[in-house]
Amino acid sequence: MKKYALFLGCTVPVRAQHYELSARNVAKELGIELVDMPGASCCGFPLKAVDAETSLLIAARNVALASQMKLDVVTLCNSCTAMLSDAQVQLNNKEFHNEFKRVGFSYPQEVKVRHFVRMLYEDIGIENIKKYVKKSLNPLKILAHYGCHYMRPSSLYGFDSTEVPHTLDELVRVTGAESLQYADKKMCCGGSVLGIDEDLAITMSNHKLNVAKEQNADALVSICPFCTVMYEDNQRKAETKFNRQYGIPVLYYPQLLGLSFGLDGNAVGLRFNRIKPDALLERIT
Amino acid sequence: MIDLRKSDPGFKWEIIKREGGEGLLKCFGCSDCAASCPVRYFDERYNPRKIIRLTLLGMKDNVLSSPFLWFCAHCHACTERCPQGIKVAELINAIKNYAVDKGYCPEGYKIQLDLLLKMGRLYEVEDFDLKKRQRLGLPPIDKTIQDVAKILEHTNILKVLKK
Repeated sequence: MKKYALFLGCTVPVRAQHYELSARNVAKELGIELVDMPGASCCGFPLKAVDAETSLLIAARNVALASQMKLDVVTLCNSCTAMLSDAQVQLNNKEFHNEFKRVGFSYPQEVKVRHFVRMLYEDIGIENIKKYVKKSLNPLKILAHYGCHYMRPSSLYGFDSTEVPHTLDELVRVTGAESLQYADKKMCCGGSVLGIDEDLAITMSNHKLNVAKEQNADALVSICPFCTVMYEDNQRKAETKFNRQYGIPVLYYPQLLGLSFGLDGNAVGLRFNRIKPDALLERIT
Repeated sequence: MIDLRKSDPGFKWEIIKREGGEGLLKCFGCSDCAASCPVRYFDERYNPRKIIRLTLLGMKDNVLSSPFLWFCAHCHACTERCPQGIKVAELINAIKNYAVDKGYCPEGYKIQLDLLLKMGRLYEVEDFDLKKRQRLGLPPIDKTIQDVAKILEHTNILKVLKK
């Protein structure tokens, strides 16, 4: 049985429980054991712009918790993935490692850090996942949104294409749904500038909502809680600002995958989606 | 208005010394970063090339006091495209870190720093959240993580809150 330490970060366990719930239930179906990390904190990313060193030390402490558990880490948030991956690399740097020890922490053995979705793609694999799909989501059109820190910077990840990413599209297609092809697939959701200039952030998130609408997407699929904040929680703001009607549900990828595994709405937390995916559900029943 | 008489020739060296600032001198001004930037696509007031040029020219006050420095979403689109192999997003971040050091820290970041000092996480975990988690069959999580405060004290970053 494959076993990983599950890093939740700040947003997922209190604001996106449906993401966590669906990820855990999908993992269970696939025979993956996710072990919780007591004492895990914020990943450190929110402080990177203030002081990179501080943010790396906070991230490194979380990586070290997994190291003490002797388990590789999977994360649900793109920025957590970037921050913890960066710290994992830095911990191999003697100078940084010594500084980490000076704060009073230890990193006994090397562990890997990856996004949960990347782990599905690499360790379970499309062919294998296909065997678990009991109910094809065939009529659905899905707009897959990768988010920035899933595959960038490539110097950190060396995974997927940074210009034309495809792994999430493949993972969407395995459910039987169509993964829509569109320009600007790697466009940022705007989440990082929400606290600096809301107007700009909404303009950025509107871009992809508009693409989803034009392509008649049944849902936008996200793999990051902050991207979902931009596309779902702030969708109404984009509608008001640009005088558009979207009403586009935003599902977390494990929710979509769970539905294709035949899990019911409760098991993937559908009632917590703010924009109700009722029309989508009708199309697959 | 750029007044070169106000140039501080030491500024670029201050940035180069910092984590992420190493690549600064390699910039030959091609503007690939600006062309790749999703923020600039929507708002031309933000231009990574301009920030890098001003830094190389030593226009410290122009760079540090500009509200647009903070528009960088740290998405790394520029980093992937830079023909000189500069980690552009990290470079802009190094300039942000320097700006914070010099007293230019946006309020939002101070609030986040204060939350992390108090709880070690950005969102407060209330009893309501714990009950909701329990109802969903999700395991409990820590309300506060003290070790984060220990790190913040170690790096002396809390001085930002006093400025």
